[in-house]
Amino acid sequence: MKFGKVGIALALVLVFAAGAFAADTVKIGVFLPLTGQMGFGGQLELDGIKMAYKEAPTVLGKKVELIVVDNKSDKVEAANAVKRLIEKEKVVAIIGTYGSSLAMAGGEISEKAGIPQLGTSCTNPLVTQGKKYIFRTCFIDPFQGAGAATYAYQKMKAKTAAILIDVSQDYSVGLANFFEKSFTKMGGKVVAKLNYNSGDQDFTAQLTEIISKNPDVLFIPSYFAEGAIIMKQVGELGGKFKIMGGDAMDNPEIVKIGGKAVEGFAYTTFPYDPTMKNMSPIAKKFTENWKKAFPGKDPNVNAALGYDSYMLILDAIKRAGKADPKLIRDQLEATKNFPGVTGSTTMNATHDAEKPVGIMMIQNGKRVFVDVIQPKL
Amino acid sequence: MSLDMFIQHLFNALTLGSLYGLIAIGYTMVYGILRLINFAHGDIFMLGAYFVFFGVTLTKLPWGIAVVLAVALSALCGTVIDRIAYRPLRDAPRISALISAIGVSFFIENLGLVVFTGLPKPVYRPDWLVEVINLGNIRILPLALIVPAIAFALVMGLLWIVYKTKPGLAMRSISKDIETTRLMGVSVDKIIALTFGLGSALAAASGIMWALRYPQIHPFMGVFPGFKAFIAAVLGGIGSIQGAMIGGMLLGLIEIMAVAFFPALSGYRDAFAFILLIVILLMKPTGLMGEKLEEKV
Amino acid sequence: MKTPNKNRDLTLTTAAVGLLLVFLWWANGHLDNYKIQVLNLIAINSILALSLNLIYGFTGMFSLGHAGFMAIGAYVSSLLILPPVQKEMIYILQPLIWPFSVLQAPFFIAVLAGGFAAALLGLVIAIPVLRLGGDYLGIATLGFAEIIRVVFTNLTPITNGALGLKGIPNYANIWWNYGWCLLTLFFLIRLINSNFGNVLKAIRDDEIAARAMGINTFKYRVVSFSIGAFFAGIGGALMASLITTIDPKMFSFLLTFNVLMIVVAGGLGSLTGSIIGSAVITVLLEWLRFVENPIDIGSFHLDGIPGMRMVIFSLLLILIILFRREGIMGMREFSWDSLISRFSRGGEAR
Repeated sequence: MKFGKVGIALALVLVFAAGAFAADTVKIGVFLPLTGQMGFGGQLELDGIKMAYKEAPTVLGKKVELIVVDNKSDKVEAANAVKRLIEKEKVVAIIGTYGSSLAMAGGEISEKAGIPQLGTSCTNPLVTQGKKYIFRTCFIDPFQGAGAATYAYQKMKAKTAAILIDVSQDYSVGLANFFEKSFTKMGGKVVAKLNYNSGDQDFTAQLTEIISKNPDVLFIPSYFAEGAIIMKQVGELGGKFKIMGGDAMDNPEIVKIGGKAVEGFAYTTFPYDPTMKNMSPIAKKFTENWKKAFPGKDPNVNAALGYDSYMLILDAIKRAGKADPKLIRDQLEATKNFPGVTGSTTMNATHDAEKPVGIMMIQNGKRVFVDVIQPKL
Repeated sequence: MSLDMFIQHLFNALTLGSLYGLIAIGYTMVYGILRLINFAHGDIFMLGAYFVFFGVTLTKLPWGIAVVLAVALSALCGTVIDRIAYRPLRDAPRISALISAIGVSFFIENLGLVVFTGLPKPVYRPDWLVEVINLGNIRILPLALIVPAIAFALVMGLLWIVYKTKPGLAMRSISKDIETTRLMGVSVDKIIALTFGLGSALAAASGIMWALRYPQIHPFMGVFPGFKAFIAAVLGGIGSIQGAMIGGMLLGLIEIMAVAFFPALSGYRDAFAFILLIVILLMKPTGLMGEKLEEKV
Repeated sequence: MKTPNKNRDLTLTTAAVGLLLVFLWWANGHLDNYKIQVLNLIAINSILALSLNLIYGFTGMFSLGHAGFMAIGAYVSSLLILPPVQKEMIYILQPLIWPFSVLQAPFFIAVLAGGFAAALLGLVIAIPVLRLGGDYLGIATLGFAEIIRVVFTNLTPITNGALGLKGIPNYANIWWNYGWCLLTLFFLIRLINSNFGNVLKAIRDDEIAARAMGINTFKYRVVSFSIGAFFAGIGGALMASLITTIDPKMFSFLLTFNVLMIVVAGGLGSLTGSIIGSAVITVLLEWLRFVENPIDIGSFHLDGIPGMRMVIFSLLLILIILFRREGIMGMREFSWDSLISRFSRGGEAR
């Protein structure tokens, strides 16, 4: 009896030891929505990750092994996928995912197991909130507000601003908050702050008030349904200021609905676009390599974020000097000015990437990527 | 606040108020006769705007003709809804018809979402309607003057129908006592169908004008204006056509002026409408112009 | 005749409750999270439907303010159970003002407090608006619910505005929810069958006659309205803890409408109906989600169609109201007597 138990224990130890010795590879897990509703975004990110993997297949002298699991755009699947990566595949770090709800479902598991997880594009502030092991390569939604403020103050030379906020949307309230903080900190003045509620279509009262304050720029962190209408009414009421918004306004229909009224409208977005001018060398190389690897398919920001996520994990492992989850986590947290396709990344206290913000503008009825800006917080 | 600004606010309020009033008339007609809050009214409003959109983009009709057709088609929709969803419930408890109305409303909205998709669509606007007129510092769209004018004309026309024609007499009779009216040989169902047709035509007309003023349409565009207009109808005294117009104007004025005088409270704008409603209901439970309605048993 | 039946009924009821508990215990251990979530929703929807049925089905007051009471209950209870650390973390725009920042209570007390806050508000609203009747009352209560929602959206230092409350502790497990549900049911059965309940039904059927009999109908209506608000607040509090995040958008007219529909589908003026209605409608609404999910049949791929679920649902609703307008139960109630007599009649026929 006793001997049997010891035997089993010994056998187990041997198995584990064998596993450990066999680990001349570093296992990195990837969980992304490759099918389902969000499959499109997940595929692009995977392509970006694979491209990065091809460029840098080793770390600390060991081969990297990528283990990809499809979370099928489903929260339950996302949790299962992470469980499998951790328990069965024994990965040391996880990349993923596209979609905040999926990232949160998977994040619960990684957090409990103590395996660092690096989100690709999940912009809801909740994803990393209160978590020790969860990080992301993208910025959170409200961060764009700071980008818009910096662009308005530094590039548009705006000294006064007005904000029109949808008080019933956390997205809108968050962006407005970051905009105001950043704009006033740089020395600008917010001269009017007015509110509305989702579903409103008449903004004439709010806009008449804003026009009377004569701001240099109006920031409208609204959703698409209201944004175009607001700009139309600004035009009709004779507002002369410039208008800025967030990425929720990025939609080809905007020109059709807004017409002349949206001309010159600038909005924030992720800091990469294949059409952008003045690309950084890394971004240029990424774009060229992509076009070689996937002829006929344009790279986009998701692919770039996937690429950057892999490179950042690898960099963290390098800095840690050992493929140990705890050490990788510490190094991820300490990330500072890590250069990537999407600009230079610094991890802030809440584990969100602070990085440049892209600026798009409607010019001659077309959406044009005009600038990349480092937000002043 | 400067005088210019105040006048600008007044014009904004006038346009908004007359649109509310126009939608409110449709509510008031149906409620006055059937004691039914026709929740689907705001959705006919939406359909009207979409019909014009498709008329102009798909079939390339001239705008004017598309508008007329859209109004006629919406009137048809209204009577069909009445036939299918309300008429079988005439003698049921009132809650049944109300639930049915809410069901129809959800049905149209979500069918709209399925068929039209949720993406807002642009609205064609004839240039002469949107060429801004400058009066010193005050800027007015021709639309802002035309909408109240049309609203006024429609109210007059409607009053004429209700008070000077035979069907109008029948409508008023039904609103007092449906059974007696039936006994007197009036074809009640036809008159009610006519009422729905008229009400829906008005909803479509106001939807089209709303879309001209706020040029973007989507399947849920009727929800908020519908709610507000219903408040306007109650404010003015439900069942009264003049009351609906007055209620609409009052509501538009309150909404705009509340923001104008208390910009810091602009987030509460939607609450003002309801506060006004409750205050008026408590002071004069039948609304400003309403006669006392007997509760139907 | 009555006494032996009473004993029998008590035994049967106890057995049924015991059976339910055994089922829940089994479900808790064997069903997946999603199914347990649906079971939880059924219990909470039952509480909400029962409370609206008291106001509308038994007292005849057309109230559309349920979402408002739920919001009050949800926010009060959530603020009491949120740990202070979490409060500090989620109030990023403006810090939560004292005393809410430090107040803490056990879950049971918190839910109760949510209920009482809603009842208090119900009382404050009832005194002016219950003078109105019929549809006007419906509109005024709807107005109040909307005002509550708008105020909650704007009152950032207390409610955190549009950002809502997140990370609410998930205490509302199957035992709490069904416990509260049974408590509500028990209380309402006692209330409806008491003298007080008879007065309410008299008011519903003919208020003028009730008044002529010397009943202070206004007082009874106010009390009934407040009790309804109390349980709506309880339902809201449990729901907040079940889904762990709330924001003002949640408490729109749609929520009230869902509850109203359960009540009408189950049968106005039938407690049994409200319970059955909750089960049927909750399951139906969840089940209908499949039409909006992408479907793969072999190599054939269908994208999900947003909106389809509500299209089918509203169509079903119209059909129910057109062809079975009294709902599932009408005004009938479940009783052991009728069940047994039906059973034995069936036996005789054979």
